[in-house]
Amino acid sequence: MKKLALGLAAAVSLAFAGNAGAQGYPNKPVTMIVPFAAGGPTDIIARIVSDHMSKTLGQQIVIENVAGAGGTTGITRALTAAPDGYTIAMGHLGTFSAAPATYPNLKYDPLDGMQAIGLAGGTPILIVARKNLEAPDLKAFVAAVKATPDKFNEAHAGLGSVSWTTCTLLKGQLGVPKLNAVAYRGTGPALNDLVSGQIDFMCDQIVSVAEQVKAGTIKAYAIASAERSPALPDVPTTKEAGLPEYQIEAWNGIAAPKGTPKEVVDRLVDALNKALNDDNTKKRLLELGTVLPTTAERTPEGFSALIKRDAAKLDPALKAAPK
Amino acid sequence: MTEMFAHLGLGFGVALTLKNVALCFVGCLVGTLVGVLPGVGPVATIAMLLPITFGLDPVGALIMLAGIYYGAQYGGSTTAILVNIPGEATAVVTTLDGHQMAKQGRAGVALGTAAIGSFVAGCVATVVIAALGAPLTRLALLFGPAEYFSLMVMGLCFAVVLARGSILKAFCMIMLGLLLSTIGTDLETGQERMTFGFAPLADGIDFAVLAMGVFGFAEVLRNLENPEARDVVRQKIGRLLPDWNDIKQSTAPVLRGTFIGSILGILPGNGAVLGPFASYTLEKKIAKDPSRFGKGAIEGVAGPESANNAGAQTAFIPLLTLGIPPNAVMALMVGAMTIHGIIPGPQVMTKNPDLFWGMIASMWIGNLMLLVINLPLVGLWVKLLQVPYRLMFPAILIFCSIGIYSVNNQPVDVAFTALFGLFGYLLIKLGFEPAPMLLGFVLGKLMEEKLRQALIISRGSFMTFIERPISAGLLVVAVAILVIALLPSMSKKRDEVFTE
Repeated sequence: MKKLALGLAAAVSLAFAGNAGAQGYPNKPVTMIVPFAAGGPTDIIARIVSDHMSKTLGQQIVIENVAGAGGTTGITRALTAAPDGYTIAMGHLGTFSAAPATYPNLKYDPLDGMQAIGLAGGTPILIVARKNLEAPDLKAFVAAVKATPDKFNEAHAGLGSVSWTTCTLLKGQLGVPKLNAVAYRGTGPALNDLVSGQIDFMCDQIVSVAEQVKAGTIKAYAIASAERSPALPDVPTTKEAGLPEYQIEAWNGIAAPKGTPKEVVDRLVDALNKALNDDNTKKRLLELGTVLPTTAERTPEGFSALIKRDAAKLDPALKAAPK
Repeated sequence: MTEMFAHLGLGFGVALTLKNVALCFVGCLVGTLVGVLPGVGPVATIAMLLPITFGLDPVGALIMLAGIYYGAQYGGSTTAILVNIPGEATAVVTTLDGHQMAKQGRAGVALGTAAIGSFVAGCVATVVIAALGAPLTRLALLFGPAEYFSLMVMGLCFAVVLARGSILKAFCMIMLGLLLSTIGTDLETGQERMTFGFAPLADGIDFAVLAMGVFGFAEVLRNLENPEARDVVRQKIGRLLPDWNDIKQSTAPVLRGTFIGSILGILPGNGAVLGPFASYTLEKKIAKDPSRFGKGAIEGVAGPESANNAGAQTAFIPLLTLGIPPNAVMALMVGAMTIHGIIPGPQVMTKNPDLFWGMIASMWIGNLMLLVINLPLVGLWVKLLQVPYRLMFPAILIFCSIGIYSVNNQPVDVAFTALFGLFGYLLIKLGFEPAPMLLGFVLGKLMEEKLRQALIISRGSFMTFIERPISAGLLVVAVAILVIALLPSMSKKRDEVFTE
């Protein structure tokens, strides 16, 4: 009897604590799990955005880097935490849209098993090649790859990475899914071998390759976005260059565990929106070549739709890819 | 030449402002103090302290982060010498003779030698970066996967020479290290290997976990077996700083170590880890009496420590001239630069000359700071050894646990370390050396990765390793090392040398 009473008391106090948490949210620091190492593109966007979100929330957002398994370790930890808004995650195209088709044993469901908060920023993808590759433009490159796929080597930053995901989509669309792919541990080493000409081409985020393209150490065939980027105004879009179906952006966005109270979600959406409207935050994001999200994409519904759209787009290519 | 001095003038103009000197000092001090925590290496330290640089201007922030980097690098050798715990892969070699020196009451001399050696190496490496940074970049670009694999093969041959006991046991330990390095997700296919479906193993075993376990925890277990013996060590303190004789003995090793470390530091893919191993191998090979090595030879501290520091500095070359980070720490520096609005690329030198030359100048100032901070600290560290062991070992275990947790924020890592501690204790009891295992472990990951990259590019042809001249040259050196180690006539001498 005593045990039961104690249990009841605990349950009641827990219920109240949960309630109070939602009402006075946030009354302690919020942990934002970044599923990659500090200093990477996702980490940088998380730090810039959370810096301003902390001001709106009145509580510090603490970044915790939990790297591993293409980001799925960190996202698993975030999405299995208590749905109280004190643990959120900054994921990206790979962890939210590509992961279900990439990792058969995925322990979370980004499509139906989580609470999307909003998109923080999109990063254009570029098709880049070693500077002395014969093909002068995208059309010639596509023709050469289709004609002699076994003469090309593609570099990527490891299975599940943005460069692997986006290049697998490209290879799928070109009908050469088995083209020779060389895996590296991260974009840095892959870029090193592209600059030195050991490898023929790769796809990666503009922030990683823009400076090399500007310096002429590698060449860019096209940018896979609807519009050219102010960071590299001379690089044509895939539409202009003759491959309109290849449209993909690496984006970063915030999500919370499923079941997070609506008031908490609203507070986070509001804080994200205010951060993205802040001039200084905007300036820092634009310097990275980031495309700012539309008003719709800053909402849970809009972000969730984006996740599902890209998952559907990537699914066939990723499932067909040799793993 | 005049151009270089003009550039350095600009750099010192930037780095010598009161604010930047202060930031450099703070960085070096914080780096040293945090680096002394076992397991907390430069990567964890910089990642943790990155946010506090947000309010600074980019040059100041990077000067401070660079200070933290070499401060932490240096702090790692302090624990290697005092308590036999290598915080970083590069400090493994320092435990071999550095900790033996500490046991003989020469901890102060070992720490002093490491500090002075690092300072000399840092100064030389700074000049190398300033004078040859741009041309040396080409060296980094000459190294493709095939060359890199051959370099690793050469590195593994060093491991044979590292062994103090029997060659057969050392060979077994190298193989075990290689095997341990293959645990985790396959890079090319994404398949999990030897993880038994256990999620925490999916990314393999972290170096810090293995090293803390087989060195740190195992050492504690061994000492607890016989606490009185450990307490005898602390009575003998001896001189705090190296005397003229020590300096004479270590001058040549410091210079050779600096040369080796500078070259290897430039290579992409963390070539710097080979530096201390290569330097130790060289010193042992050319020593008049190689049997002193592993028993507290000062050359075994001076050479590798210099190689370590020189490599740490020249690793900035690919970052600053190519915009490509050669290792995890430099990748973090890229992040730091990006957060401060400077996206690294081949044009940093021309677009941000104040940043480029300011950082180079600050490296020299930072090295001086490290000397200024560390020489007085030597006395303090050595006094730590006088703390009774019953108070010391819980502190070591707690700090190790904190350090390991901070690497990946994964509690299970701490449990793994404890397991490796038991395993390490077993190894000690059976007379196996853990150092060759760690070398095999560190090189194994890189080796497999580069082997497979090279073979994918060559469409499966092993001839790629022989057809490419640099790769072939490295393999010849590797064969030569093995032949020297295994020739029957030499082997007799080696038996005297290697069997205790």
